[in-house]
Amino acid sequence: MKDTVHDPNQMTGAAMVVRALKDHGVKHLFGYPGGAVLPIYDEIFQQSDVQHVLVRHEQGAGHAAEGYARSTGLPGVVLVTSGPGATNMVTPLTDALMDSIPLVCITGQVPTHLIGNDAFQECDTVGITRPCTKHNWLVRRIEDLPRVLHEAFYVATTGRPGPVVVDIPKDVQFAMGTYHPPRKSDVHVSYAPRVKGDAMQIRKAVSLLAGAKRPIIYTGGGVINAGREASKLLRELVQVTGFPITSTLMGLGAYPASGPNWLGMLGMHGTYESNMAMHDCDVMLCIGARFDDRITGRTDAFSPNSKKIHVDIDPSSINKNIRVDIPIIGDAGNVMADLLQVFKAEAKKPDVKAWWQQIAQWRARNSLAYKPSNDVILPQYAIQRLFELTRGRDTYITTEVGQHQMWAAQFYGFEEPHRWMTSGGLGTMGYGLPAAVGVQMAHRDSLVIDIAGDASVMMTVQEMSTAIQHDLPIKIFILNNQYMGMVRQWQQLLHGNRLSHSYTEALPDFVKLADAFGAHGIQATKPGDLDDAIMEMIKVKKPVLFDCRVAALENCFPMIPSGKAHNEMLLPAEANDEATAKAFAGGKALV
Amino acid sequence: MNQPASAYFLEERHDPNETHTLSVLVANEPGVLARVIGLFSGRGYNIESLTVSETEHQKHLSRITIVTTGTPMVIEQIKHQLERMIPIHRVVDMTLTGRSIERELAMVKVAGRGEPRVESLRLAEAFRARVIDATTESFVFEITGNTAKIDQFVELMKPLGLVEVSRTGVAAIVRGAEGM
Repeated sequence: MKDTVHDPNQMTGAAMVVRALKDHGVKHLFGYPGGAVLPIYDEIFQQSDVQHVLVRHEQGAGHAAEGYARSTGLPGVVLVTSGPGATNMVTPLTDALMDSIPLVCITGQVPTHLIGNDAFQECDTVGITRPCTKHNWLVRRIEDLPRVLHEAFYVATTGRPGPVVVDIPKDVQFAMGTYHPPRKSDVHVSYAPRVKGDAMQIRKAVSLLAGAKRPIIYTGGGVINAGREASKLLRELVQVTGFPITSTLMGLGAYPASGPNWLGMLGMHGTYESNMAMHDCDVMLCIGARFDDRITGRTDAFSPNSKKIHVDIDPSSINKNIRVDIPIIGDAGNVMADLLQVFKAEAKKPDVKAWWQQIAQWRARNSLAYKPSNDVILPQYAIQRLFELTRGRDTYITTEVGQHQMWAAQFYGFEEPHRWMTSGGLGTMGYGLPAAVGVQMAHRDSLVIDIAGDASVMMTVQEMSTAIQHDLPIKIFILNNQYMGMVRQWQQLLHGNRLSHSYTEALPDFVKLADAFGAHGIQATKPGDLDDAIMEMIKVKKPVLFDCRVAALENCFPMIPSGKAHNEMLLPAEANDEATAKAFAGGKALV
Repeated sequence: MNQPASAYFLEERHDPNETHTLSVLVANEPGVLARVIGLFSGRGYNIESLTVSETEHQKHLSRITIVTTGTPMVIEQIKHQLERMIPIHRVVDMTLTGRSIERELAMVKVAGRGEPRVESLRLAEAFRARVIDATTESFVFEITGNTAKIDQFVELMKPLGLVEVSRTGVAAIVRGAEGM
């Protein structure tokens, strides 16, 4: 008989979890203990390779792991207990699924003999998380645990990345078994994402690009997910072709905002020039984006006269919303490398001077203009100052969801990928603060700022306590207008200015709140005080709650009204009551 | 375009619907059917018929046959959404092959006496349905065929004392020497 005492691979399920984390290079995990994960927490206590970050709510752990993942390109790892621990993870899991963020979430489960009995803190974790994960597993036997743990990391990080859940009953955590390191056979044979693009399709794409007169490159989060090399290739592709480039909210930073070919973000609150160029182009090269409804506007009027090339690693993204002419399934970086190679060998830079002249005319409309003020801080101005004063520093930006998020996307210039963490697909208010915790955990010496709104920040503000505990000097820059600004904007535009429950009557004093957490509180109310206040925020070596009091009723423009196409944008200069009413015609009576 | 005030673009699509039969080869593991069904309900796809059984015990493979309706774009989307599920090996659109054979089996209970009873038996013979249970006042017929044939048989039994029907749903296979 084998002497199990001396076999280093004989261990409990709980020990296997920690061992697998180490084997996959995990340095940090975010979590919250509870009855059904205590054996794993006991293992974590007895080692120091994997650092555990205790949060204040499981949702915070999930978003922190997302921030960690997006700023590093590594999977974010979460450990939570059964029942409420698992259900509190549903929002971050869905968020990560929508934005294709690799997360590995390990949940404790009641012992196998109690499953189905409505035991204390029992829930059907795999049932609940099935639609909000890329894949999930309930591990009923210790023999399956090492394989499932390794497969979980593989599935989360390959192909189109996404969240996975491994649900481990408590008796399996206690059970003894044989661990094995990651190996190829751990993964389902049926899972084989395609990385390399089809050579014929790439040739066809190049010949289309080479003949373009009014081309545009439209990129998304897929380029960021494809790694730093992909962003380099994108920059080269833009330079080699001379084409204009726009990006979704998720793709900001892949091409630098200071780059000569940058048109700004596209879509509902994108720039006029990018949306007009999308509408009037003759060749569209879409890389790692998915023609989301915030991007396309009215789909039957979307870029009506263009040939479309769509590069995506997920075949289900092709022809989902918009019919394309040349689909290329593959990794964004890999396909761009091939496109570049063929383009350089067989094509020459097309003459697109006339197109650039047209774009210059659209640019001259200055669609991001706003009326400056000496009395009140305009939110756009606040972001511009924040950008100017943090420029050149090692800065990471997260956001919550709403007007402030759109203004951040419009006015903060991103030069590099992995610097911008925002909840794009799901639109999760409360994302930014815990995401900043995760980012700061991965980049201890960097400047990490959550551009927040007063409503969003209240959803996960308890994580300030996490930041204090772990000595994470995150800066929460709150554009405080006392409204759920984007909700109010829609109510003004579409619901007759009846501001139903979008005003927050009883906001806390954020400076005192900072104090209560042991953080640093700053308030700015006048434009003249803003720069000094921002510099103070940057210099403080503690977490900061910055209460930036901004104009209460400022709205976010330009905007594509609902039911309208890219070339029917409402510009800020024209957004008077009458034009707004007309733009939203068919909607309810407007003020 | 007249639409109610909304943060979403409300569009109606007018492409005609098509009916397709999909054969899906999956790893036979817990939850796999729930994943497939959840995909259909979660994304608002139709299921007209669904048949599932383990087909290769040694390889732990099951075969799911789904009859679904949707616009060509939706049908394409369903196939891609199925294909990207981790435990799914293959998805074949049997309708597109143009060479698929589809069958279902139904058990049809008819009760009555006298002329209707005799008539039901005559019709059963014409449809090559077998009697698998009989009492002095009832028959259970077993009938196999494509969906239209079974629909027609059931329709004919209605005035003759139809009590209930149990159907397996559609199973499909491609003609010729090759497997999926």
